[in-house]
Amino acid sequence: MPGATPEPPLGMLAELTHRCPLQCGYCSNPLELVGRAEELNTAQWCDVISQARELGVLQLHLSGGEPLQRPDLAEIVRHARREDCYVNLVTSGFGLTPERGGQLADAGVEHVQLSLQDADELAADAVAGATGAHRRKRAAADVITALGLPLTINVVLHRGNVDRIPDIVELAEAMGADRLELAHTQYYGWALRNRVRLMPTAAQLSAAEAAVAEARARSSNLRIGYVPADYHETYPKPCMHGWAARQLTVAPNGVALPCPAASVIDSLPVVNVRDTSLRSIWYEAESFQAFRGTSWMREPCVSCARRQLDFGGCRCQAFQLTGDPTHADPVCSLSPHRHLIDELVANAELGQALYLEPRRMRSAAAPR
Amino acid sequence: MNPPADARPRLSRGTRLSFDRVRHAHVLLYPEGVLFPNQTAIDVLRRCDGSNTVAAIADDLRHDYRAVELTDIAELLTQLSARGLLELDSN
Ligand SMILES: C[S@@+](CC[C@H](N)C(=O)[O-])C[C@H]1O[C@@H](n2cnc3c(N)ncnc32)[C@H](O)[C@@H]1O
Ligand code: SF4
Ligand code: SF4
Repeated sequence: MPGATPEPPLGMLAELTHRCPLQCGYCSNPLELVGRAEELNTAQWCDVISQARELGVLQLHLSGGEPLQRPDLAEIVRHARREDCYVNLVTSGFGLTPERGGQLADAGVEHVQLSLQDADELAADAVAGATGAHRRKRAAADVITALGLPLTINVVLHRGNVDRIPDIVELAEAMGADRLELAHTQYYGWALRNRVRLMPTAAQLSAAEAAVAEARARSSNLRIGYVPADYHETYPKPCMHGWAARQLTVAPNGVALPCPAASVIDSLPVVNVRDTSLRSIWYEAESFQAFRGTSWMREPCVSCARRQLDFGGCRCQAFQLTGDPTHADPVCSLSPHRHLIDELVANAELGQALYLEPRRMRSAAAPR
Repeated sequence: MNPPADARPRLSRGTRLSFDRVRHAHVLLYPEGVLFPNQTAIDVLRRCDGSNTVAAIADDLRHDYRAVELTDIAELLTQLSARGLLELDSN
């Protein structure tokens, strides 16, 4: 549909900072993390949020990195609520003291997504790369529930924790969560780098599905979401409901992207909210137009009946695995590149070392 | 599975009905997304404040929509509650 005008966006992911006290080896943040000096300031974020609301954004996800690293977080939240955005805070909980929690609730945070690494404290701290992380997250959950804020617990599933779903469910219940989101690792950024160590086996996956079904049948108060392991599926995920169709992302340095992983596609021109309005980015930027609709598709997608269902899958995954973002997502069984996925899946059946390379910033001295 | 007529539905925590001045439309905002309710749903949702019973909501709406039946409203409430947007328990 070349030339067709897209609908206004519904949501924006504001990556307020890439700074983070944790070092999860499964982190989907890019390898090239943005340093503090390059971050948008308070006024710039508030302006982007106002522009986003004017453009049609209703849901604002404040994330990162760790958004609590921004001392102006409550100010940004207050501004977003004044603009009448629905404000969702996505956090590791590290640094969520009762004082900070109170300020954020006052400012108008409407929902909190708190990530946990695992149900097992030692394993959780090992993945997060910080002793005491797990305990501090439990304290953060207490802060959130005491404030009466709705709580979703997010757990990224991988080889090292996927066998503990029943314990994770129990922990989420004990923490007073309204929802639990169990999402298999998406292989972007640091997770792609650590992929061989993160990929579960087929047997782990069937046990996981059974555990989720069992927990759903048993637990009436906790709603459980489950995002399946992409590589083990027959068809790709309907990534982002299509390229630049419903959401946009603004990175800490102001770069606007159709999805948080899109910076890997290095052929796309970079567009920044510092010099272009969000409206013109959404409707006109080359990077947003690149894979909108279906006109960019080639075989097998272009003649496939599923192209309006999955939009050919993920452009970033196609690029990362095949070198060309116009290929079908190689997860698709109709893709000529599916063998790449099959090899990785087969490889995961063999034992793998569990050491994860921790997510970290480049040393401050390193040139950009 | 339909709610009892004396249940007092209310929006779940983290769910709110709002008016989008950009789209000029009512929107139901909740943690995972956005819904654009139709006019009947808007009128029902507005009354889901934990004080009105299902029966009272149905009675109230019959003034505006003669065709609306208690069962239609109950069905809508059941669907919304299955998605976690509404709480039906009468406590
Ligand atoms: C990148 S984090 C940033 C916010 C905060 N630092 C946190 O961890 O909650 C945003 C969300 O993505 C999840 N996440 C991180 N890496 C992921 C991956 N590779 N696949 C799927 N979800 C991931 C996290 O668990 C978290 O819920
Ligand atoms: S997923 Fe982990 S490393 Fe990545 S931003 Fe969140 S807490 Fe930090
Ligand atoms: S061929 Fe393309 S459109 Fe068809 S199922 Fe595979 S990825 Fe989706």
